[in-house]
Amino acid sequence: MLIMALTTYLIRLIPIGFVRTKLDNEWVRDFLFYIPFCVLSAMTFPDVLYSTTPAGATTPHFVSAAIATMVAIVMAWKDRGLVRVALVAVLVAVLVELLLPVIF
Amino acid sequence: MNEFVRGIKKGFPICLGYIPVSFTFGLIAVKMGFNPLEATIISLTNMASAGQFAGIRLIEGGAPYIELVITTFVINLRYMLMSLSLSQKVAPEMPFYKRAIMAFCITDEVFALASMEKEDVTFPFFGGLMTTPIFGWTLGTCLGAVASRMLSPMLQGCFGIALYCMFIAIIIPPARKGRKVAIAVIVSALLSCLFKYVPGINVLSKSGGGGWAIIVSAILGAAICASIKEVKRFNKRKLQEGGAHV
Repeated sequence: MLIMALTTYLIRLIPIGFVRTKLDNEWVRDFLFYIPFCVLSAMTFPDVLYSTTPAGATTPHFVSAAIATMVAIVMAWKDRGLVRVALVAVLVAVLVELLLPVIF
Repeated sequence: MNEFVRGIKKGFPICLGYIPVSFTFGLIAVKMGFNPLEATIISLTNMASAGQFAGIRLIEGGAPYIELVITTFVINLRYMLMSLSLSQKVAPEMPFYKRAIMAFCITDEVFALASMEKEDVTFPFFGGLMTTPIFGWTLGTCLGAVASRMLSPMLQGCFGIALYCMFIAIIIPPARKGRKVAIAVIVSALLSCLFKYVPGINVLSKSGGGGWAIIVSAILGAAICASIKEVKRFNKRKLQEGGAHV
């Protein structure tokens, strides 16, 4: 925990604390511009499909996660806010989890 | 003091926005096996959503320290850029200790507001700006962690998708509007899937909490997109030079 906090802090401290020159390499600027999107995307896919599985479950709950993810993507596409997208996705996942045993 | 109050006022909406996000972080941390106090301390000391989230996965997965450091570094690389940008917006004579305090809370949202300032960012203003978001981020985590204990395993499981869906809500709108961001998002997602499922290279996601897979996917994705842009810039320049000679 300490190591994570220190790393996070040093990343923020070093530039504002010491650097006083401007970035002029366009490739580096573009690269840094894309990094957040790429990181979030790589973290989300495919792990989101395992995200509704309760701790200790033996098989992944793919169905609820996949349906909720699709709903979230559609809502995000329509520019719905973060909190709304997340809440609706959780709701959808809960509904699927409740309905699945009834259907099968 | 006036500047400090102005900062508080500007930062308050960020504080409100942080509560639901950190709430889901608290839920997930407890689901993963951290206790509420640990979850809260992690939020207070990191102030970084995606970085913390990857971090707890690695810690829980027993990843080696070097993987933890490099993953945290790559995921929080954007803060380096923001910090660099902010270094141009503070008075050059600002002492190191003030810069060091400001550095603690360079988050996406705080940075966005600070960089919209017309004049140089002062220390009291930034101090005010960061106060309520830190409070909101920590409080939300604590609430989420405590709430998680009261949920049934099924509900706790379903809340696990919340943070991922927030990530989706962050990346999809800009990807819809800009083709290059869309390419970046798709390339990284595909690479990340490759590293998970293709035999042989899936060792990357097997170790610890999959930090290496995220790092390699994200760096390759961003490098590919930055290079596409570079090539386009190069071609455009060549075209212009060619035109000038005719």
